[in-house]
Amino acid sequence: MTATSAPTGLPFDETTPRKGALQTILSSDLPRSKVLSFILLAILLVLAATPFLFSGSQPISTAAKICVFIVLVASYDLLLGYSGIVSFAHTMFFGIGGYGVAIALERLGATWTSVGLGLAAALGSSAVLAVAIGLLSLRVRAIFFSMITLAVASAVAVLASQLSDITGGEDGLSFQLPHALRPAFRLLSEPFLGTVVNGRILAYYLLFFVALGTFLLLLRIVNSPFGRVLQAIRENEFRAEALGYRVVAYRTVASVISALAATVAGALMALWLRYNGPDTTLSFSIMIDILLMVVIGGMGTMYGAVIGATLFVLAQSYLQVLMEAGSTALSGIPVLPNLIHPDRWLLWLGALFIVSVYAFPGGIVGRLRQGRSSQA
Amino acid sequence: MSDLAADPSAVAELPRTKTDWLPLAIVPALALAALPFVGEPSSWVTLTVAGLAMGMMIFLMASGLTLVFGLMDIINFGHGVFISLGAYATLLVLGPLAGWAQAESVWLNLALLMLCILAAMAVTGIVGAVFERVIVRPVYGSHLKQILVTMGGLIVAEQAIHAIWGASPIPIPLPETLRGAFILGDVVMERYRVFAVAVGLAVFVAMQLILNRTRIGLLIRAGVENPEMVEALGYRIRRLFVSVFVAGSALAGLGGVMWGFYRQTLTAGMGMEVMVLVFIVIIIGGLGSVGGCFVGSILVALVANYVGFLAPKLALISNILVMALVLIWRPQGLFPVARR
Amino acid sequence: MREPLLQLEAVQTHIGPYHILHGVDFAVPAGSLTMLLGRNGAGKTTTLRTIMGLWQASSGCIRFDGRDITATATPDIARAGIAYVPESMAIFTDLTVRENIVLAARSGPVDSARLDWMLGLFPALKRFWNLPAGNLSGGQKQMLAIARAIAEPRRLLLVDEPTKGLAPVMVRSMIEAFKALKAAGETILLVEQNFYAASALGDDVLVMDDGRIVHSGAMSDLVADPNLQQRLLGLSLDAHQ
Repeated sequence: MTATSAPTGLPFDETTPRKGALQTILSSDLPRSKVLSFILLAILLVLAATPFLFSGSQPISTAAKICVFIVLVASYDLLLGYSGIVSFAHTMFFGIGGYGVAIALERLGATWTSVGLGLAAALGSSAVLAVAIGLLSLRVRAIFFSMITLAVASAVAVLASQLSDITGGEDGLSFQLPHALRPAFRLLSEPFLGTVVNGRILAYYLLFFVALGTFLLLLRIVNSPFGRVLQAIRENEFRAEALGYRVVAYRTVASVISALAATVAGALMALWLRYNGPDTTLSFSIMIDILLMVVIGGMGTMYGAVIGATLFVLAQSYLQVLMEAGSTALSGIPVLPNLIHPDRWLLWLGALFIVSVYAFPGGIVGRLRQGRSSQA
Repeated sequence: MSDLAADPSAVAELPRTKTDWLPLAIVPALALAALPFVGEPSSWVTLTVAGLAMGMMIFLMASGLTLVFGLMDIINFGHGVFISLGAYATLLVLGPLAGWAQAESVWLNLALLMLCILAAMAVTGIVGAVFERVIVRPVYGSHLKQILVTMGGLIVAEQAIHAIWGASPIPIPLPETLRGAFILGDVVMERYRVFAVAVGLAVFVAMQLILNRTRIGLLIRAGVENPEMVEALGYRIRRLFVSVFVAGSALAGLGGVMWGFYRQTLTAGMGMEVMVLVFIVIIIGGLGSVGGCFVGSILVALVANYVGFLAPKLALISNILVMALVLIWRPQGLFPVARR
Repeated sequence: MREPLLQLEAVQTHIGPYHILHGVDFAVPAGSLTMLLGRNGAGKTTTLRTIMGLWQASSGCIRFDGRDITATATPDIARAGIAYVPESMAIFTDLTVRENIVLAARSGPVDSARLDWMLGLFPALKRFWNLPAGNLSGGQKQMLAIARAIAEPRRLLLVDEPTKGLAPVMVRSMIEAFKALKAAGETILLVEQNFYAASALGDDVLVMDDGRIVHSGAMSDLVADPNLQQRLLGLSLDAHQ
């Protein structure tokens, strides 16, 4: 049955029938490529140890951003890669998560209860909105969904910037975190492995473990019978309908799950930044970033989200430095320095994105897996 | 075989041509309904003209997209880039001919605008042909890939605009005689808006004439309904596709010029910003329908103007509300296109 | 032996993963009406679509007037002189009857003699000349579809089930129209499920089953041999209307 074949068209790895602990954690969806396993493991270990490996605030902030975007991109992949529908409202749910936590912490005081209330309210709003959009547009044609999500998301972005009494408008909201997450808090009196374990590091690990848990949950969902039905619908909508699956219901549920995970990611982002505003969670350029990450990493692979998010955030933080150097080196030539000007890094990622869609629909992950099993 | 004409079933089953008047009636009904809320007839006229001007500009930007969708089943999320590109292309004309813009001559000013429009349509038409060949053609048939790849095209093209013209906003002043307003009694109508209405109407009439009176127009309409049969009748539909894509891009370029002068500022993202309205309009109108696109544009713009006057904070949400109401009433849009 | 206008040799067609035509061989002689019969799913429509280039033959050869058109694009096949009336009729419902005919006549306005002849075959079309074709009844749409195919002189007409779903009175008019077309010397390959219509019209007959031609011969021989009919067509065809 088509539903059981992997999205890249490769057969599932059936060489290891025994179900070890790793199999259970990864929902039997193993990386299936040595290089990929190695990269994933490296990312996991580096992210887990970042506070102790690097000093200074930029590495840990970059790592935190990677964690958040892994969740955000993985949840988007549930829609795009596994369900075959393109939403432009993913940043809206990301923003709702951020604003939920930010507003609650700003209004109700810096307590864990506020965090909980804010997150719960955000999750509720996201679910309602996702259901409403799904029912309004998934009924007709998938293409309506893309356009309607774009329209609704932009309206919400405008709304957020206009209701400045609640959202802080264009300036956004800054707020205090619960005591245990503040930089001044000390978990241990002595430095551990040469690093002071303060509230900032606790906040990082909160992010890390929530992100890891959410990612594994999403992995479980796409490998569940529900996930297989989604893929069957993606492959052949009419056939799935004929088999008795209620396509609209499945797609709506998928978009709700995806929205909820994005909301969680938004809450994490706000907690990390101690700030939320239109530019950090709501803007359309983040939506474009998500698209780039999911496609370059590999649609319909979940692990692609990890690769894509890591690569993209690193590029965002460090590629520009490289291009700066290249641009200066070429400063004598007319147009070239303009093209590799550090601000033009998106140009090249955009081109890579187009090439990915044409040539490697499985993105980097698909490429790595194909490299391993030589038979096409 | 003389009984063919007398065939009773033929007579019974012959409904007269049904023009669907209901969606058409919405526009004047809405305008009249807004009058008592606005109060002052003079402000109402100003608002209505502003709404019509806005609607015409949206129509110019949206018509090409809906036509391309109808004929080729291609949804181009990168369409917004042609709007930006068209607006930027005016710089090619405004640079060398800056004197024409400052001249106090209506004819010189209009000639300048026409040159801007021609330049914009030429540039966007050519880029459209390249875009069709490089970006769109490899992904015919897959909506998912189309959306992704055309978004990619949008990213690259916006960045290219930055690389060519710089990333900071560029001011473009209106030509001298198009500034200010016509004042008739206590009614104030901005000149440029009246000009925009005239251009929009002219393009709409021209499109209707082409679609209804020429062979190529008939082919486009037939192709929207059944491209395969058009081929089986001996027409090469690929050429038709390319020319419609180029025409659609050029129309977006024209819309971009009008939109650019209206905002009097150019940014690479200006096309994508207005795309939200464009999508709402083609959804409301019925994907693929030029007439629906026209009615939808005016409807959305009028509502936005009235609501913006009465309750400014609701203005952008009003579009979403209009769209939701239309979709609840007619899930396929005001003028659903028969096919697929 | 008449010179075949259209000749298929070992034509195979795949649609996606499905193998539909398993090697089709036949010839259509110029100036005759050839019936293509067979049960549902035998591959008749696929055969017509393959000739027209709407499906690509995966192997074999299709020759039209001595020229290999196996890999030719649909518009060029049409330009070579083949007209196609699909089962769905594919009327442009948004266009008027007149506009449908205008498009069908590629080389310009239809000359008045031909128009009169065409409207003489299908007088109903004259009355709805300037109405959207979507308003026509099923039978009238079928007439328009055929009128479109003969709006200009063509060398071969491929017609897919013109009597499908029509009332008996309309079936009889349709048969009359095809008799008139035959008399005008048109070469026609006609797919039919209705044996009554087929027997009334066919010069030659081809019977398809499971993607192959299983019988070919003169229509009169098949009509005269009930055993052969039973064997080839079984109960799948309406024996009599």
